[in-house]
Amino acid sequence: MKKRILSIILTAGILTTSVLAFTGCGNSAGASSGGSSSSSSSKDSADKNKSSEDTAGKTDKVTITNVSYDPTRELYAAYNEAFKTHWKEQTGQDVEITQSHGGSGKQALEVANGLEADVVTLALEGDVNAVRDAGLIEDGWVKEFDKDSAPYTSTIVFLVRKGNPKNIKDWDDLVKDGVGIITPNPKTSGGARWNYLAAWAYADKLYNGDESKIQEFIKKLFQNVLVLDSGARGATTTFVENGQGDVLIAWENEAFLSIKDYPDDYEIITPSISILAQPSVAIVDEVVDKRGTREVATEYLNYLYSDEAQKIAGDNYYRPSNEKILKEYSDVFNLDINLVTIDDFGGWDKAQEKHFADGGIFDRIYEE
Amino acid sequence: MNKAKKRVIPGFGLSMGVTLAILGLIVIIPLASLVLFTAQMDFSEIIEIITRKRVLASFYVSFITAFIASLINAVMGVILAWVLVRYDFPFKRVLDGMIELPFALPTAVAGIALTALTADTGAIGSFFEQFGIKIAYTRIGITVALIFIGIPFVVRSVQPVLEKLDYSYEEAAGVLGASKAKIFWKIIFPEIRPAIFTGFGLAFGRCIGEYGSVVFIAGNMPYETEITPLIIMSELQEYDYTSATAIALVMLLFSFAVLFAVNIVQARSTKILKGGNK
Amino acid sequence: MQENKKGSKAVKWILISICVIFVFFMLILPLITVITEALRSGWETYQKAVTDEYAIDAAGLTIEATVFAVLINTVFGIFASWAITKFPFRGKKLLTTIIDIPVTVSPIIAGLIFLLTFGRQSPIYPWLQDLGLQIVFAVPGIILATVFVTFPFISRELIPVMEAQGTEEEEAAALMGAGGFTIFRKITFPHIKWALLYGIVLCAARAMGEFGAVSVISGHLRGKTNTLPLHVEILFNEFQYVPAFAVSSLLVIMALIILIIRSIVEYRGKKA
Repeated sequence: MKKRILSIILTAGILTTSVLAFTGCGNSAGASSGGSSSSSSSKDSADKNKSSEDTAGKTDKVTITNVSYDPTRELYAAYNEAFKTHWKEQTGQDVEITQSHGGSGKQALEVANGLEADVVTLALEGDVNAVRDAGLIEDGWVKEFDKDSAPYTSTIVFLVRKGNPKNIKDWDDLVKDGVGIITPNPKTSGGARWNYLAAWAYADKLYNGDESKIQEFIKKLFQNVLVLDSGARGATTTFVENGQGDVLIAWENEAFLSIKDYPDDYEIITPSISILAQPSVAIVDEVVDKRGTREVATEYLNYLYSDEAQKIAGDNYYRPSNEKILKEYSDVFNLDINLVTIDDFGGWDKAQEKHFADGGIFDRIYEE
Repeated sequence: MNKAKKRVIPGFGLSMGVTLAILGLIVIIPLASLVLFTAQMDFSEIIEIITRKRVLASFYVSFITAFIASLINAVMGVILAWVLVRYDFPFKRVLDGMIELPFALPTAVAGIALTALTADTGAIGSFFEQFGIKIAYTRIGITVALIFIGIPFVVRSVQPVLEKLDYSYEEAAGVLGASKAKIFWKIIFPEIRPAIFTGFGLAFGRCIGEYGSVVFIAGNMPYETEITPLIIMSELQEYDYTSATAIALVMLLFSFAVLFAVNIVQARSTKILKGGNK
Repeated sequence: MQENKKGSKAVKWILISICVIFVFFMLILPLITVITEALRSGWETYQKAVTDEYAIDAAGLTIEATVFAVLINTVFGIFASWAITKFPFRGKKLLTTIIDIPVTVSPIIAGLIFLLTFGRQSPIYPWLQDLGLQIVFAVPGIILATVFVTFPFISRELIPVMEAQGTEEEEAAALMGAGGFTIFRKITFPHIKWALLYGIVLCAARAMGEFGAVSVISGHLRGKTNTLPLHVEILFNEFQYVPAFAVSSLLVIMALIILIIRSIVEYRGKKA
């Protein structure tokens, strides 16, 4: 009996060690691709030749990772090209940018858990704060770059079916009986929190800050919601591909993309009041210090404010934060819209706690 | 008797050792970290989190849809396995080959495709719409997605057992004049029962945790069509690790209990099969 | 007797039609949807989507993870089912239950537990860093998550068969002086080979399609840690509806290849 147990333990032990050793070996290749900048996984063919040549000084090549959220893909695909040229001209160094996109909150969570991002460009200040709270970003990052570290902005608009059959003009049309609304779930989608807050801002003005009436309005609005998708793209699919609902509450840039794909089927309605959605950018201090990429990461974010980058933002339906360039896009964007900002809600941390935390207002409107 | 048996077949130490080592590395250590994480919380805190109305409602939705879906899968799985093993017909091979496809398709794609089909504009949805039945964005939709996800489990557990079942008993019973139904219930069913339980248990467990396909078809309305994994996802989105892990732990314990029950039933029926406890 | 035959024939065709109808609505129709959506914008768009550089990278990683998952789980499955079915010991039910757990763990939780164990907030993270090991948001994490979600598939296929088979034959062989490996190869293996094949196919199919757990742990680094299902998600989120379905159809094709291989092996084996 004893012998039996002994042999079990022995085999288990030997196996564990060998598996650990094995994972270690298999790992070194994978690890360096995430970790150091010069060598990379075997799949990264562009990098491969380089890394074998310059193992010591990697002066002519630098790699940074930009962890961003879903709707910025086209924007950063275009911007990264522009920045590569800019950096080459300025320093003579090649730069390669690895992109990661996903739900904003999830992306923040991953950076906090060890995804090595040199810069984060997320949907909300609150998401960057989550990375800060994990100790990766220093306090005061909001002031590190111009305009609260928001180089481009967007707002919340309505997408309706062509001809606007339900005659939706403003937020109060959304609470009417028989109007079907599609919006992502504010609990799972960072972007959808802007939707909710924009509606709140309207009701706030309508009822002069009478909280119970505002809540009543929001409750009615969400009673008209047919499907609460987990993310913005899912909501768009529900509205566009599956034909559900009469109106999609969406980010302006997303709405423009839908229009671009289906110009004859939809139109954009700008409500009288909306919110200035400020996607935030920040340097991940811990990572850039470890990898020695602070300089290029800083310039990467700084250059977002250049005229060239601001125009790229505008071309991708984000509102440039540079007023002058924004004016150039006045035929695209409705600039007369009355925009409140997150500061009107007392900042992200406060808005988060009051509205979206467990037991917050959003939870309560669904009770009973 | 017992003692003698142990000594007869060699390799217990080795096979047990390998089993425990891999199990420990891949399953137990990671799961332990979840338990450790939850252990940092007060018990009352955990209770508070998991008894929130919305969480309770999601438990109910997840449970009932997963249960119905696995039940349907258990019945269909036995029929499918039976047909695939016992009968010959054109395109049998194709039918056989299709069974694993739900696994290979990313769950999100399955969810999107099923939603497109069953929404009131889709091919199936528009048909049921005439009778006033909505599939997508209701609990029926969730059940449909879960049936899709769970198809292979029962079929593939029952099939191998049926395949190596000895025909001689059936033939003997047939010669003795037993009806087909009787042969099935008295001779075949007891043999495949453990496999059915295994398949059902696995399908049920898988269904209760399914996220990717369900979020697209569910509509995700709180109290109505919100499943537990979605709640966990929203907690994570708020960086509320504690709530997420607490709810996760409840789900884990629950599926553990279901599986444990299934395994006991399975062990018992095996024992009966072998003529009692040796 | 004659009547009985007729009756059973009717039963046969009723059962077959039930199966065909069920499979048609539950499996084939969704697949047709995927394929028609994939080809909605014509063959060229399809070709472009599946030959995209990132799609090929993702396919490579998916195959890598699948191979690892199948290998590890096969080794585990054979040893575990041998231990469980051939020997009596205490805690057997507990052990089989623990083996089953990974299937029932929500994929999100599966990803989450690996994040908690190996991620930056884990106590062993600094130690892993010193060793230069990056597990989460790198290939090893993806492999681990894939192995986890497919963990019981092979052992669960083997256990019922080996249980139904009993231990008499092995005991006889052992009494005649055969070694463990010989017993397995000569006696047990012929019984379980089809179950093993089913298990491997099940495991491979599931490993290829795994999305939830991998998505939590991958970090979505383009060209580095994206598997095919993640690539599909990315395309979908890029408003590239058609290419997303095109890449999904790639997974369907990969699954079909595995299934065809299985059929050939099975056909040959059963003929012999």
